[in-house]
Amino acid sequence: MYDTAKTESALDQTETKISARNVQVYYGDTHAIKDVNVEIEDKTVTAFIGPSGCGKSTFLRCLNRMNDTIDICRVTGDILLDGEDIYDPKVDPVQLRAKVGMVFQKPNPFPKSIYDNIAYGPRIHGLARNKAELDEIVEKSLRRGAIWDEVKDRLDAPGTGLSGGQQQRLCIARAIATEPEVLLMDEPCSALDPIATAQVEELIDELRQSYSVVIVTHSMQQAARVSQKTAFFHLGHLVEYGETGQIFTNPEDPRTESYITGRIG
Amino acid sequence: MTDTSQQGGGPAAPARKHGETLMKLTARTKRRNAAERRFQAYGIAAIGVGLLMLVILVVNIFGNGMGAFTQTFITLDVHLDQSKLDKKGNRDLEDIKKVSTFGYAPLINRAFETKAADLDLKSGLKPKAMADLLSKSAAAQLRDYVLADPARIGQTVSFRFLANSRVDGYMKGRVSRESIANDKNISAAQLDLVDELIAEGTVRRTFNPAFIFGADASDQRPEAAGIGVSMLGSLFMMVVVLALALPIGVAASIYLEEFAAKNWLTDIIEVNISNLAAVPSIVFGILGLAVFINYMHLPMSAPLVGGLVLTLMTLPTIIISTRASLKSVPPSIRDAALGVGASKMQAVFHHVLPLAAPGILTGTIIGLAQALGETAPLLLIGMVGFIASNAPDGVAAGLMSPNSAMPAQIYEWAKRADPAFYERAWGGIIILLVFLITMNTLAVILRRRFERRW
Ligand SMILES: Nc1ncnc2c1ncn2[C@@H]1O[C@H](COP(=O)(O)OP(=O)(O)OP(=O)(O)O)[C@@H](O)[C@H]1O
Ligand SMILES: [Mg+2]
Repeated sequence: MYDTAKTESALDQTETKISARNVQVYYGDTHAIKDVNVEIEDKTVTAFIGPSGCGKSTFLRCLNRMNDTIDICRVTGDILLDGEDIYDPKVDPVQLRAKVGMVFQKPNPFPKSIYDNIAYGPRIHGLARNKAELDEIVEKSLRRGAIWDEVKDRLDAPGTGLSGGQQQRLCIARAIATEPEVLLMDEPCSALDPIATAQVEELIDELRQSYSVVIVTHSMQQAARVSQKTAFFHLGHLVEYGETGQIFTNPEDPRTESYITGRIG
Repeated sequence: MTDTSQQGGGPAAPARKHGETLMKLTARTKRRNAAERRFQAYGIAAIGVGLLMLVILVVNIFGNGMGAFTQTFITLDVHLDQSKLDKKGNRDLEDIKKVSTFGYAPLINRAFETKAADLDLKSGLKPKAMADLLSKSAAAQLRDYVLADPARIGQTVSFRFLANSRVDGYMKGRVSRESIANDKNISAAQLDLVDELIAEGTVRRTFNPAFIFGADASDQRPEAAGIGVSMLGSLFMMVVVLALALPIGVAASIYLEEFAAKNWLTDIIEVNISNLAAVPSIVFGILGLAVFINYMHLPMSAPLVGGLVLTLMTLPTIIISTRASLKSVPPSIRDAALGVGASKMQAVFHHVLPLAAPGILTGTIIGLAQALGETAPLLLIGMVGFIASNAPDGVAAGLMSPNSAMPAQIYEWAKRADPAFYERAWGGIIILLVFLITMNTLAVILRRRFERRW
């Protein structure tokens, strides 16, 4: 449905959105991320791939400081968003997370109405001045989340009553309702059927126009379809990072090659 | 896993044969099924024993206590003689107040005399002996009635007197002609009179709201005792407990559960809270005595002090149940809120707390129900044994003026010698149980109603 050729157009001048330097993450004594350096570009979809437990989620959660909520987690090194260190003591993680949105692996809608699920973020950030504006944001986000047609007649129904795939699209819509600059997605399609997956992938491709999107995935095909850049993690190391086409057709590192061809993982 | 690997360890395990029929149970399956049936039988037996105990308890309580809700009354036509009650005849309230209950006794005697003459009774009892059928508070009852409206002086009114506890007991079957042999409070002749009056409709047993709403009475007048005032005492204590324990408990739990770092200090606090929940309630009583009364000089026997002591006792219950219900909210909800840029406090107050609320409420109600039935700590702060004769007027008085509490009142009644009080103790237990069952039902309903799926 999506060919990699299309995604490589119009990417001549790219800016770095996030740059990570010498990032180490420890869970207590476990060294989960080892010396990762990476430049994530703006208006680009970057895929994180790698075997289970290699630290993809951990690194992703560093990018919006969700790891702060884990007591034993310790992060060192620098992560810069638009050149500003997000781990600087002056930075409030709450403000950061409004800029860097996140979609989790397991759909986690609030046990509230569909409307309130979407409206919650805009409300706490004061993005709407009145009900009409809020309605507009809700509709726009649900449309972009490719779920509007399914829920437009039951916005008052609880979000938890939707199917797993619908819930995940609701969560994506919720994440983009706050107009983040970066969208982090941790295996967003692991609970979705092929049709919903295709819709989400289409959505990701569209989001690329305005955001920088980072997606963790276990599906090589998905990484190849939606991303322009791919990072391969292995045992906490960033083994290889480059153009998606390059990684999948001509990887430099033997570990990357064996993973892609299905020998480790 | 192959067949050979399974057989390696056990001694001579029979090989599983393929192609065996499913229609015949193997010995192993039979044994397993028998074990399961045995276990179910134990369970049913256990439930049966429990239910039997409950039925015995309930039957006992209601059998003994229902009598307290009805009371025997004697209705007489009393002439409110002006020459006795208001000699000057100018209806001056101050003058009328000067007539003590002794001044009213002759009126009651006269009323009995008239009654006896009307019915042509030949009991031969003196009017004084007839009037002894009434409660010792009969004259005071009549005096209150007159003082409430002095214009009644001079009229003949039909007045419903409380019968004394022996007559009441006779009506309820507690007192019989055999049992009064050594009782100098009532004679067989008096019971004959009662029989005649019953036949004629003057002596009646009816529902007695004064038991539920009235104040306790002295040892001599069990027929006049009610639980209402100590119910108010309990109510004011519960208000104090709710107003203090709920906010303090919930705030402490939220802090401990959501904000506090997990280190040795919070571990110690956690252990101490659990220990506190297991501390015998009388310890809280002596603490209350030392701190609130001896040190802070709050009044003895005041519901405020009782409420403070019970707050200490209820806090651990509320904290433990609140923390449990906060814990049961899935972390993914917190992640979701933080992920869209909510602060920690917003995540807690907008999402976690509403989901935990039913659990918190349930815990609070159960804590309150425990506190409501608690007697031991009240012993030490003087709420047991104190008899408040009037309902407090106003909230301040309700909190500060000495009072009793329902369980303390029940204990007090059970302690007294007269069997009429024994009946009232059981009656009090019925009222207390009604409160407790209502509260627990409320807790269950709340839990059912707000139960959520995620
Ligand atoms: N909360 C935690 N506490 C302790 N260790 C953790 C925690 N979360 C992750 N880890 C450890 O960090 C390492 C990386 O985990 P991470 O969740 O990032 O893997 P992943 O690449 O996302 O795997 P998957 O593809 O299965 O989701 C693992 O070894 C894991 O055991
Ligand atoms: Mg993961």
